[in-house]
Amino acid sequence: MAMTITEKIIAAHSGKDEVRPGEFVFARVDLALGNDITAPMAIHEFETAGFSSIFDKEKIVLVPDHFTPAKDIKSAGSAKVLRNFAGKHQITHYYEVGRMGIEHALLPEEGLVLPGDLVVGADSHTCTYGAVGAFSTGVGSTDLAAVMATGEVWLRVPESMRFVYKGELGQWLGGKDLILYTIGQIGVDGARYRAMEFTGPVISNLSMDGRFTMCNMAIEAGGKSGVIVPDKITEEYVKERAGREYRFYTSDEDACYEETFEFDVSGLSPQVALPPLPSNSTAVEELSHIKIDQVVIGSCTNGRLSDLQEAAEILEGRKVNSAVRLIVIPATQNLYLEALRRGFLEVFVEAGGVVSTPTCGPCLGGHMGVLAEGERCLSTTNRNFTGRMGHPQSEVFLCGPAVAAASSITGRITHPAEVMQKRGRVRLVE
Amino acid sequence: MSHRVWKFGDDINTDQIIPGRYLSASRAQELAPHLMEDVDADFMQKVKPGDVIVGGKNFGCGSSREHAPLAIKGAGIACVIAPSFARIFYRNAINIGLPIFESPEAARKISQGDLLAIEPDKGIIKNETTGEEYSFQPFPQQMQEIIDAGGLINFVKAKMDRRTQSA
Repeated sequence: MAMTITEKIIAAHSGKDEVRPGEFVFARVDLALGNDITAPMAIHEFETAGFSSIFDKEKIVLVPDHFTPAKDIKSAGSAKVLRNFAGKHQITHYYEVGRMGIEHALLPEEGLVLPGDLVVGADSHTCTYGAVGAFSTGVGSTDLAAVMATGEVWLRVPESMRFVYKGELGQWLGGKDLILYTIGQIGVDGARYRAMEFTGPVISNLSMDGRFTMCNMAIEAGGKSGVIVPDKITEEYVKERAGREYRFYTSDEDACYEETFEFDVSGLSPQVALPPLPSNSTAVEELSHIKIDQVVIGSCTNGRLSDLQEAAEILEGRKVNSAVRLIVIPATQNLYLEALRRGFLEVFVEAGGVVSTPTCGPCLGGHMGVLAEGERCLSTTNRNFTGRMGHPQSEVFLCGPAVAAASSITGRITHPAEVMQKRGRVRLVE
Repeated sequence: MSHRVWKFGDDINTDQIIPGRYLSASRAQELAPHLMEDVDADFMQKVKPGDVIVGGKNFGCGSSREHAPLAIKGAGIACVIAPSFARIFYRNAINIGLPIFESPEAARKISQGDLLAIEPDKGIIKNETTGEEYSFQPFPQQMQEIIDAGGLINFVKAKMDRRTQSA
C-alpha cells in the first residue's frame, strides 16, 4: 500500500508493515521531551502512579526553558523538580541554564532528533522536528508520564495534507511568511488532527532554519505534525550532528492525501498576522500605519542564526525607534555564541536593543518582556492570542525577523525594503 | 442531575482557559481560581460545581498545557461540549478523565444558562430548558478503554501488570 512519510514512520514504530489514517496504535518513541512548565506535572503523575524507573535514560530530554533563568520562587521550584528528577534517574539529556536553549532549537542542534524518528514532547511546538523528516507531535503531561515509564505513546494515525509551494520567494521573505500565509488560507483549525506535509520547489530551496519555522507552526493550523521529506539540505544539517543511525523516509507518489493545496508564492508580500489569531495574516504594506511599543526577535519559531543575521543586517548602523523596546533572544547557547562571534549581538546592542539569554519568556507572557495594558508588540513568535504576552488588553502581531527588525527602527509595522532603500543592506558575513 | 450551561465562542485557546502567567503552578486547586479569567473576569464567582462549558469549534487550541483541562476539572465543571476540539486538549482531557463530548448540533443549539441532562452511555444530551435532545459521537473503542480505566495512567499500569504477569 502506498504511504506518506508520516504513515511509514508511525508504522515502523508500531511493529506494523502499514498503517492507515484513523487507525490507533501504540508507538515506540525515540525521544520524549518535557520542559519546566509541563514536566513537573508529568513527574508528579509518574511518582504518584508509583512508577519506579524510566524506560531509557538516553531517550528522555528535560529542558528548563520557559520561565528560566527562574523568574520567581515558584518557577525556581518547577526547574528544581526537573533537576532533581534528572539527577535521580540519571537522565543524560538534561540541559541546565547556561548550557541550554529553547527546546525546539536545541534538540535538532544537538542531533537528538533525527530523520525517521518518532518524537513526542509535552509542548505543542514539538511538531518542529518534522523539518528533519521525523514524525513529531505535542502531547500533554500525563502522556509524558506514561511515555517516561513505558517508552510508548497512543496515537491515532493522522490524515495527511499536502502543501505545494511554487514560484519565486521574494527578498525579505522566509519560512515565517510561507507558514503565516498558509495558516491564513486554511484557518487555525484547517489542519486539525492532520499531518501537514510541505513540499514543492520553494521548499527544496528553503534553508533548514526556514523549514524549522514552518513545521514549528503546524500546530497553529491545528496540525498534529508538520513534515518535510528529507533531502540534501537535511543531510547536510544532520550528518555532523547525529550520534546514531537515522533513516530517510519519503512519501510514495501515489500516497493518499486528504487535501492538496498549491500556492504560487511569486509576488507574495512579507506577512503579518493581526491579533488574536495566527490565521489573520495579511501583507505588511496593509499595516504600515500601526504603531508598536515592543519588538521581540527570538523563540522556537525564529530565534535561529539566519533569523538573527537577517535582523542584524537591517539594524546595522541604525537605531531602534525611541518609542520602541527591542528584545532579541538567540534560541540556544551555541547560537548566542555564534551570533556574538559574527558581530550580530553588537549590532543589536549598539542599535539600542536588549539581548537576552535563551528563554521562551516573553512569548507566553512569562518574563523578559511582558506587556502592559494597551501595549502592542510585533513579534517573531508563534501565537498572538488575546493576552498571550501579558495584559489581556495588550496585543501581539506576528511576523518574520526582517519585518520585526525594520519595524523596530521606524516604530510602526514596516516593510524591510522601506528601511533598506535609504541605505543598502550591510552584509555582515562573508 | 441538571447541569447549567456556560457558553463560549470559537477557537477558545488554552491561554484563555488558563493564562501563561499561572503556569508555574501545576495543581488543580491552584489553577482553578484563574479559569477563563481573561475571557470573563468573574467566571469563577459565577460558576458552580456540576456546571458545564459549551464551546465553539476547535475548543482548547494552542499550547499543550494540561493545566487547561486540569483547571476545568478543578473548578468542578462536569464536562465540555463543543463541535470540535483541538487535538492536544482532546487527548489531555481523555488522559485525565475530564468528560468531553463532540456534538456540532448541541453546541449550536444550546444557549447560555440552559439546563442539561447528559446520558454518556446512551450518547444523549437532553436540553431541559428547550426540550431538545442531541446526540454525540461515541469515542473510538481504544479511547473508551482509556476512559473506562479511569485515565491513561491507570490504563498503562494495567497494561504493564498484564505484561509482567504474562512474562
